[in-house]
Amino acid sequence: MKIHIQNGRVIDPANGIDRKMDLFVAEGCIAGIDKVPKGFEADGIVDASGCVVCPGLVDLSARLREPGYEYRATLESEMAAAAAGGVTSLACPPDTDPPLDEPGLVEMLKHRARLPEFAHVYPVGALTVRLAGERLTEMAELAEAGCRAFGQANVAIVDTQVLLRAMQYAATFDFPVWLQAQDPFLARNGVAHDGEVATRLGLTGIPVSAETIALATILQLARETGGRVHLTRISSAAGIEMIAAARRSGIPATCDVAVHHLHLCDHDIGNFSPHARLDPPLRAQSDRTALRRGLADGTINAVCSDHTPVDDDAKQRPFAEAEPGATALELLLPLTLKWAAEMKLPLLKALARVTCDPAAILGIEAGTLSVGAPADICVFDPKDHFRVSRQTLHSQGKNTPFLGLELPGRVRYTLIDGHLAYSTAFV
Amino acid sequence: MRNLQLNSHGELQHLLTIEGLPRTMLTAILDNAAPFTEVAEREVKKLPLLRGKSVFNLFFENSTRTRTTFEIAAKRLSADVINLNINTSSASKGETLLDTIDNLAAMQADMFVVRHQSSGAPFLIAEHLAATGLDHIHVVNAGDGSHAHPTQALLDMYTIRHYKRDFTQLTVAVIGDILHSRVARSQIHALTTLGVPEVRVIAPKTLLPASVERLGVRVFHDMHEGLRGVDVVMMLRLQNERMNGALLPSPQEFFKSYGLTPEKLAQAKPDAIVMHPGPMNRGVEIDSAVADGTHSVILPQVTFGIAVRMAVMSMLAGA
Repeated sequence: MKIHIQNGRVIDPANGIDRKMDLFVAEGCIAGIDKVPKGFEADGIVDASGCVVCPGLVDLSARLREPGYEYRATLESEMAAAAAGGVTSLACPPDTDPPLDEPGLVEMLKHRARLPEFAHVYPVGALTVRLAGERLTEMAELAEAGCRAFGQANVAIVDTQVLLRAMQYAATFDFPVWLQAQDPFLARNGVAHDGEVATRLGLTGIPVSAETIALATILQLARETGGRVHLTRISSAAGIEMIAAARRSGIPATCDVAVHHLHLCDHDIGNFSPHARLDPPLRAQSDRTALRRGLADGTINAVCSDHTPVDDDAKQRPFAEAEPGATALELLLPLTLKWAAEMKLPLLKALARVTCDPAAILGIEAGTLSVGAPADICVFDPKDHFRVSRQTLHSQGKNTPFLGLELPGRVRYTLIDGHLAYSTAFV
Repeated sequence: MRNLQLNSHGELQHLLTIEGLPRTMLTAILDNAAPFTEVAEREVKKLPLLRGKSVFNLFFENSTRTRTTFEIAAKRLSADVINLNINTSSASKGETLLDTIDNLAAMQADMFVVRHQSSGAPFLIAEHLAATGLDHIHVVNAGDGSHAHPTQALLDMYTIRHYKRDFTQLTVAVIGDILHSRVARSQIHALTTLGVPEVRVIAPKTLLPASVERLGVRVFHDMHEGLRGVDVVMMLRLQNERMNGALLPSPQEFFKSYGLTPEKLAQAKPDAIVMHPGPMNRGVEIDSAVADGTHSVILPQVTFGIAVRMAVMSMLAGA
């Protein structure tokens, strides 16, 4: 299938391109840009007038809930959400049931995800067996099965010696280790940022030191092991500063932020809204400001959806009993655009944080419109706003603090390997 | 943020927290409670204000005292009272909180009095009732997690007004486990709303929540200093499970520094009153000589508590 994408504004951060031109897709790859490739005859034409044509989004954290939590979401429902959100590659954390700690599970997931209209799925392998923080997983085997990184999802490794060994072992094979920095003791029973809001609402707080102390441990071990470390879901201003300082001292650590944390803070808990129950918690306004700036100046390398579909029964509970997490695959692009507009950032720069930058962290050939690259493409109308509602969300999870909000940026077409995976014409 | 507690006419729809209620509303509740104190002294202690109404006491966390005072208050208003002790084990057998609420609503409940171990549970119930078109059912928060215990704070305010008349000239100290106390939070909001110029909290750092000064209080760690010149001393109960561990080394050591003794009380004004929400741990947060002494108004608090709860229930039923 050869596709001619006409009249769009092509934004390809990887190549510094932001210009109105045409794009040509053939054999699942980008066949040409601006100039018609020799002998190209389109089977289909996509009219991208008024739209932005950019690489498909790369999401560093999306829970698909398989295996084990199929009552919350299925591959089918979440892949529909990904396509509708313009997301064409995604990493899924290993906190499935059972966790992704055996090659068979990883192979099964990759096999289930092997449909042309499905985004590319990159399972993050469990770093320790059952995520229990005791025994290392067979990382080399898992890597062969398709894992490009190893992590613990939101589960901390309590025993620092195990953490050191895990990082050493991963470094042996140059496997990246993805870790969330949260001290399990300081975060114990905590459900909200330890500040005025938690105090008023009588919620158990998680202090910023839960993040900074865990960060100090991880960064120190990263220096010692020389391994590649990626810090997931940074939540505080102090945390960003530590990562920046570590980088200046030569530790090549990267980090990401969840898209919710760019827009919300602990005040958004309001009257105990369970939708604002997230992990890590929404922190203070000053932290949000630092996260927004950090992502803009590159201290934070990427923004991810941290997509976590949760069923209503598990969400409609008193705040502390509600399951943390929010559905966000379809909101990653709109919320990134909203952040960019509010920060007055050019789209070229903003879109890098959801395309080539996360692709580099994941180490995949994606997030670019270079000729020859896989034709993973997102076409969206930046001026078209839509209201987030339970009905419009494709994800089985309807749990988002943005319900009822108007957001910019409606995806018109999503191409995965040159295959039309989503089109508003279908809807 | 929408104030869930008031209806479109500004009347009390639910009582969930003191925070955000206007001073006039608090004063109105206290004013309405006054005549109910006389009912208790009558031969026939009943009024027909809630006749034909069903009040469900939903206690997800055990409490004999609070449940009993709500029950007495509702019965004196001629309501039918149904007591439900829903312990956590039956809740964990599968029925969610909102399922329970739907079922009880289907039994034509008019009012839910809710005690729950999780902060915010009564908000969830009130929001659910609104979302399902059942907002004629009123919710009274009888204590949720560490968040709020508004009727306790109101009865405390009634007691203070009874003995001290004018809130705007007072210095009040709240002492003990502020961190875990829903009573303290509601008291602080009530005191600041009613115009008390100086509200103090006295506690070790382990028992104070983050940024507590943002609630409008002065923080003290020393009892002698904190009690100096105080008109009202409000003690809090220290839960057993907090006494031996990382928060406090022992009940004895707590008593040494923060237990209210006649000697420490001497720092307060000579006519200071001493309050406690009960049940008391004698020898832990309060010395028996103080609890039973001339400054203590702990038993009148209990009596006023029934009148205040009658006032709240009758106002809700009238809304």
